[in-house]
Amino acid sequence: MNFGFTEEQDVLRAEVRKFLDENAPLDEVRKISESAAGHSPEQWRRIAELGWTGLIVPECHGGAGLGAVDLVVLLEETGRTLYPSPLLSTTTAAAALLAAGSDAQRARWLPALAEGAEIGTLAFLEAADRLDAAGVELAGEREADAYVLRGEKCFVPDAGAATLFIVPFRTGPAPEDLALAVVPRGAEGVAAEDFPGMDLTKRIGRLTLDGVRVPADAILGRPGRVWPALARTLDFATAAVTAEAIGAAEGALALTTEYARNRIQFGSPIGRYQAVKHPLAEMYVDIESWKSLCYYAAWALDESPDEAPRYVSMAKAYASEAFARIGIDVIQLHGAVGYTWEFDAHLYLKRSKWVRPMYGDADYHYDRVAALGGL
Amino acid sequence: MDFTLTPEEQAFRDEVRAFLDENLPPEAERTPEFYGTWQKRVREKRWVGFSWPRDVGGGGASIMQQAILKEEMAKRKAPPLGTCFMGLAWVGPAIIEYGTEEQKRRFIPDILDGAYHWCTGYSEPDYGSDLASLQCKAVREGDAYVVNGQKIWTSIAVWSKWIILLVRTSTNPRDKHDGITCLLVPMDSEGITVRPIKNMSGGALFAEVFFDDVRVPVENRLGAEGQGWKVTISALAHERSSIAEVASLMRHLEGLVALARECTRNGRPALHDPSVRRRLARLETRIEAMRTNGLRYLTKQLKGEPLSSETSVNKLQRAALEIEIGDMAVELQGHAGPLTRGASPAKADGHWQHVALAWPEVVIGGGTPNIQRNIIAERILGLPKD
Ligand SMILES: Cc1cc2nc3c(=O)[nH]c(=O)nc-3n(C[C@H](O)[C@H](O)[C@H](O)COP(=O)(O)OP(=O)(O)OC[C@H]3O[C@@H](n4cnc5c(N)ncnc54)[C@H](O)[C@@H]3O)c2cc1C
Repeated sequence: MNFGFTEEQDVLRAEVRKFLDENAPLDEVRKISESAAGHSPEQWRRIAELGWTGLIVPECHGGAGLGAVDLVVLLEETGRTLYPSPLLSTTTAAAALLAAGSDAQRARWLPALAEGAEIGTLAFLEAADRLDAAGVELAGEREADAYVLRGEKCFVPDAGAATLFIVPFRTGPAPEDLALAVVPRGAEGVAAEDFPGMDLTKRIGRLTLDGVRVPADAILGRPGRVWPALARTLDFATAAVTAEAIGAAEGALALTTEYARNRIQFGSPIGRYQAVKHPLAEMYVDIESWKSLCYYAAWALDESPDEAPRYVSMAKAYASEAFARIGIDVIQLHGAVGYTWEFDAHLYLKRSKWVRPMYGDADYHYDRVAALGGL
Repeated sequence: MDFTLTPEEQAFRDEVRAFLDENLPPEAERTPEFYGTWQKRVREKRWVGFSWPRDVGGGGASIMQQAILKEEMAKRKAPPLGTCFMGLAWVGPAIIEYGTEEQKRRFIPDILDGAYHWCTGYSEPDYGSDLASLQCKAVREGDAYVVNGQKIWTSIAVWSKWIILLVRTSTNPRDKHDGITCLLVPMDSEGITVRPIKNMSGGALFAEVFFDDVRVPVENRLGAEGQGWKVTISALAHERSSIAEVASLMRHLEGLVALARECTRNGRPALHDPSVRRRLARLETRIEAMRTNGLRYLTKQLKGEPLSSETSVNKLQRAALEIEIGDMAVELQGHAGPLTRGASPAKADGHWQHVALAWPEVVIGGGTPNIQRNIIAERILGLPKD
């Protein structure tokens, strides 16, 4: 029995951390996130060479062939430094291709994602902001053996940067009458841009599809049968967001603990006062706890799929709820300096605002835990 | 990560399961005679004191075997292994680590057999959280210590035969942890008076214990003079995989869900109320967090790294859960909530009302939540001591 990481995973963590320490301290993160692209194309090439973009892509398609647990290791570290990059989105697109694509389709797109030549994203949500199958209203019109898509996807992660969109659309009236299209950014009728957002390190945007023709070979899986694959992909992405939130929250806790050790008021470090030290202890308790749930969820995604949905939801519910509070407490515990643009505290608050709704907030996931538990 | 068991571990698990198939009837069929037979059988298997060395009568089990045994017992809602709770939890481990051969021979078999109860005399009226400042005094006179002072909150003092006692043997210590000595004292010693204290549930499980010139032979000292803090604290920090606690919380939660099905809100089962459902899911999530935290701690122990302050994480989780579960159960019952046993509208004949008043046993006994928060903040996060 071992509910810990392997030596290889420890090595992966050390490598990731080394790269980020050298290339993405927070002042650099700020610069990258404030750029128009929202990420560093130069660093993107390098992290692709390091194997991050293809981490879960099978070796036969040019990736590292690793699993959800390995991805947790990677994302805890990118989260710790709030690293701005379309890594999570690209990995989610790869997960969708793995879940729903044929051999030929995998061979066609996965190598480009693994190499970083394409930036992928899953464009699931629409204006109704629903995560279930009924939330997909975008209709596909049948035209010979192709589909024509006309409509809009909202809340698309890294819409501005993505070059390859995985787009769920509707083929019939029953909730699960869905299909999945692979839509390149360059296709006629495609437009995508990011919205302005609180968290500059995480972009969310809109994808507009104005009569985009999707040929049959770019439809993943059998129309009407893809929901299970899509649901698995959503679970995978949810776990990934939760893992990245662990690192981000640990970063927030480290920053605030350091501040509490050094800031002197009334002749004593403020970290001596329990009204300061106890919230920090509570943060530790919560982060440790959703970490354990997230690790278990990742293990289940790799090894015990039946257990995965319940643990994914428990982990994300816990993370959404706890990180939201951590984000606010971090500002309060810093006093006025926490309210400044210059000091880093607000970066974590803003990340917590991004994490909370992403693939479902606490209420959404508690409802799902209740339903999965037969309540 | 890998949860598969080795062939030996699997064989052991199968052995436990087979034993349970044969020896453990369903809960409704467990008679008083059954409990007696059960204790004899598990003792024969050496599952009482399973982690203790074989030469003192324990099972000599590995950490993994202990976890498997506990897990299987919890799954089947088996009764405890052994009846001498405090003896098994910390008195025994302290004697095994610090006791003389004579003390081991004298006490360990009785603890394993559940021959009588032990109680724990640490807290005093003026020293609870600040235990290391305790003042109950022992003065050496020839081959005996003479003890004077008072202990309080001593659980099950009334029916215990022995007490593990912390006393101050030196009044001028360099630091307050020095000068504390551990004595093992028969409760029928001359000069001991026990006065039960009624708790808010109406029961009287704890007591005040007064010591008035109580003579304790030197051979009853556990460890060296002045070593009492180390002797007792190391034993308290014993096992921490939380398997038993998680199992008990899971049972509470199952009961709570059944209660939510039975109680109504606005004419509909409370279980249909979204806020009730979310609260239940949140409790389930917290309990699973404790379980998976426990798996990480177990992994750490299996790698040979001792656990320390991180165990405060699950203590805090558990404290919050114990309070919330009982409280929610009472709230769900509406106006029947504050009614107790004997009141017909109270569900399960007042069971939940009892639960709602029993949480201090685990929340306050054994170190309060604030003290756990201090431990995490100071020892893990490195914040200054207050
Ligand atoms: C049911 C039950 C059974 C028990 N059984 C036993 C037993 O068998 N043997 C035994 O020796 N003892 C036993 N105890 C005693 C228990 O260990 C103490 O109650 C506990 O350690 C707290 O001490 P206290 O009650 O004196 O509270 P205090 O220490 O006076 O604390 C009062 C409040 O102040 C807070 N506080 C204290 N110090 C600090 C600090 N530094 N920072 C922040 N907050 C602080 C506490 O958290 C608490 O909220 C039992 C208690 C209970 C409730």
